[in-house]
Amino acid sequence: MKILVCISNLPDTTTKIKLNSDSKSVDLSGVQWVINPWDELALTRAMELKEKSGGKIEKITVITVGDKIAEPTLRKALAVGADNAVRIDAIASDDYYVAAQIAEYVKKESFDLVMAGIESSDYNGSAVGGMLAEFLEFPSISSVSSVELEGDNFVMKRAIDGGTETVTTSLPAVAIVQKGIAIDPRIPAMRGIMMARKKPLTVEAPADIQAVSEFVNFEMPQPKPPVKMVDAENVGELFRLLHEEAKVL
Amino acid sequence: MIDFEFSEEQIMIQQAARDYAQRELIKDVIERDEKAEFPTEHIKNLAELGFLGMLVDEKWDGGGMDTVSYVLAIEEISKIDASVSVIMSVNNSLVCYGLEKYGNDEQREKYLKPLARGEKIGAFLLSEPEAGSDATKQRTIAEDKGDYYLVNGTKNWITNGNSASTYIVIAHTHPEKGHRGINAFIVEKNSPGISIGPHEKKMGMRSSDTHSVMFTDVKVPKENRIGEDGFGFKFAMKTLEGGRIGIASQALGIASGAFERALQYSQERKAFGTEIFNHQSIAFKLSDMAVKIENARNLCVKAAWLKDQGKPYGTASAMAKQYAADIAMEVTTEAVQILGGYGYVSEYHVERLMREAKLTQIYEGTSEVQKIIISRSLLK
Amino acid sequence: MSVLVYTENWDGKFKKSSFELVSYAHSIAEQNGGDTIAVTIGNVAQDELEKLAFYGASKTVTIGGDTYKNLDSAAYANAITMVAEAQACKIVVMGNNNTGKGIAPRIAVKLQAALVSGATALPQSYDPLTIRKNVFNGKAIGYQQVKSDKAVITLAQNSYKIIDAAQAFQTEAFDAAGVETNTQVQSVDKVSDKLLLTDAEVVVSGGRGMKSGDNWAPLEELANVLGAATACSRPVSDEGWRGHEEHVGQTGKIIAPDLYFALGISGAIQHIAGVSSSKVIVAVNTDVEAPVFETADYGIVGDLKVVLPKMVEEAKKFKANN
Repeated sequence: MKILVCISNLPDTTTKIKLNSDSKSVDLSGVQWVINPWDELALTRAMELKEKSGGKIEKITVITVGDKIAEPTLRKALAVGADNAVRIDAIASDDYYVAAQIAEYVKKESFDLVMAGIESSDYNGSAVGGMLAEFLEFPSISSVSSVELEGDNFVMKRAIDGGTETVTTSLPAVAIVQKGIAIDPRIPAMRGIMMARKKPLTVEAPADIQAVSEFVNFEMPQPKPPVKMVDAENVGELFRLLHEEAKVL
Repeated sequence: MIDFEFSEEQIMIQQAARDYAQRELIKDVIERDEKAEFPTEHIKNLAELGFLGMLVDEKWDGGGMDTVSYVLAIEEISKIDASVSVIMSVNNSLVCYGLEKYGNDEQREKYLKPLARGEKIGAFLLSEPEAGSDATKQRTIAEDKGDYYLVNGTKNWITNGNSASTYIVIAHTHPEKGHRGINAFIVEKNSPGISIGPHEKKMGMRSSDTHSVMFTDVKVPKENRIGEDGFGFKFAMKTLEGGRIGIASQALGIASGAFERALQYSQERKAFGTEIFNHQSIAFKLSDMAVKIENARNLCVKAAWLKDQGKPYGTASAMAKQYAADIAMEVTTEAVQILGGYGYVSEYHVERLMREAKLTQIYEGTSEVQKIIISRSLLK
Repeated sequence: MSVLVYTENWDGKFKKSSFELVSYAHSIAEQNGGDTIAVTIGNVAQDELEKLAFYGASKTVTIGGDTYKNLDSAAYANAITMVAEAQACKIVVMGNNNTGKGIAPRIAVKLQAALVSGATALPQSYDPLTIRKNVFNGKAIGYQQVKSDKAVITLAQNSYKIIDAAQAFQTEAFDAAGVETNTQVQSVDKVSDKLLLTDAEVVVSGGRGMKSGDNWAPLEELANVLGAATACSRPVSDEGWRGHEEHVGQTGKIIAPDLYFALGISGAIQHIAGVSSSKVIVAVNTDVEAPVFETADYGIVGDLKVVLPKMVEEAKKFKANN
């Protein structure tokens, strides 16, 4: 079986965000690029599945849509354990564009399971996994917190309000993963870093697809008014304020 | 050809070390320091990641990484836990390096491989009660008995003294020949006649296990001598040159770890109506600390680069160690000052870093010994 | 331009968030001279459906039948898309929750439409359609401009108010049979009957400042009096003082209640990331410099041992009078 993990290359989540002077774009100079945290957990889980599958899962491929800046991120994924990496050489204009590009690749290669993180921590879209499934007409399971290989199928747990459901679906399928899928992202070992030097990273030309949206403007969040202090001797005042001023009680 | 960029791989290794330190080591570092508890589990994990033998060639089951990567990795680990990084440093740059560089293939096969994989840990037994920085005054004797050596004596302040399985022991075979009579031996810790003193109660680096080791009629096979007869002094000196890069990087990490905490605190803590970073007295302290750390890092990386290029690096590594250790003491002291009362309690980490910094000025050649090495090199 | 709003139901009941979505959709429809069409999947009683009309739905399309018993993203997306096309809606609105995240992207592809995930306000403009949302995990705000003819919007929690806009109640059953489903549910594991943390309008949360897991009784009492859910910070669940299901923060649950009490929580950035969408935050801490006060709207500096029992007492008084 083969698994594809979709990876987004984006600024480290601890990056301090600054806007360019025209506010039409975010200043990304000097940022440290990382694998989107959810995608990194997806990759970690894919590795775990492969390792315990006794050879049944033979290959894990990682894919991203991006320019050359994304390559260190892909090589890190290879160091963590992916078998090969694919970069579609285009700027990731919007979710629709990215999903359509990846779909074109999946149509050429065959995968049994495609994994994608539930949200990207740059533009906070929750879209690529679901869109990809629709472009490919694959079933998709969203909010997946656990994937296990049982026999020839994957059994997944997904979050529902107030609990979890254990579900299966026909393959190939897309699993859109979230918290719980793996505990911590895997740290690459020296051996992995060494092996990554020899693993294939292929660059694919993009298909002719148009993006359907773009970010045209940005602003920084308004600073909130300072906290209003209430005397510890006068807790009744707090409830009066919550009722009369904030109107939340 | 000057290039200050780290390679993608070097950054990946730095990040891997950082991730492990910031995610795992941080969890129990305060508790381990308090209880002076050996980081058994962490060493196992770091071995699996390949950090214990990262400098050893792939052929001998090592990570095959360069010394610059090693500097970056040790710095990251030391930001959180210098007790762990000293275990790493001794294993990599003293024990593994010595065996890889000067051992023969049989010794590498038998002893280096498990050490490079991190399955076993090594210790380097040079210091004695009366021979620290002056290594020629060895009183441990390895008497040549034909097909084996009989070792007697005491070694002090031995890092990994109890947790190591493989010792490299420096001892005199021909005391009359002075430093030319010294040899280095591979000794298995479980050899009959070895007894281990109690765990030293230390000011800092409390979770690395430091012991004295006593040898009473310990038989060491002839084939366990490293190099030609009388090579031991040169072996020790050459190996310590590389070891200094490890300790220099450790001092660097202790300094930058304390600096990161002080910088963050200065932007959170308010006094007189503003974050304390906005007070020049604090901002200038941080500025001075940043310059010192940058200098120390450049010295460490330069020494590592020279080593990777196969060029002489003895003086460069002495400069790196002396400077990094001295500024580690200064920077950690200032970090404690910036954090004030918080700095003095264990929860905020900087007081531990300050205690750890002190040792980097002492072990593997005190700052004064480094100055001897540096000053002698000036006249050449 | 008519707007379709997918109103999810939970065992035949709507939640406050369902009505927020209807109000949001209705505001867009009104600004464009169109209708607000609600669509529900599953069995919902008439009197419950009527509530949607009260907040602005001019028509409610119902899709019943056993096909949709389990959430199947492809099948749901298919059905909702068919309704959108049948009702000539160019904008489809739904919540940015588990269900919405699963089906909205699929609908967007079917409609060849852009998806705006987690919108935080009504569109800034309609020609071109430009919508505000948080980016970089709330560290900046972005305006996403839609270039396609149609759009799918998921609305972030607590981003819009409920507005009364009663319409005549009208329903229409939509036959979406014949849709294949592919998702088999093998088992369901409900956490408990307790008020769901992610649903609660008021949340009372304790941090390391609670000192011990044995000190939770007054916190639970306060929650009880206010009809609130209980939560905790990461160190508390790591220590085992409370279960992990109560952990809110970047690596735990992300919540957006109307009112969040942070009791003995210092306010590490990872914690704030999980609660910053709360409408109002009250913080109680011994340290006046604790970062939580930067985020809080109301604060009390004091020892919880003293302050918390007073809060319980005052909450009881308040509830008795209001």
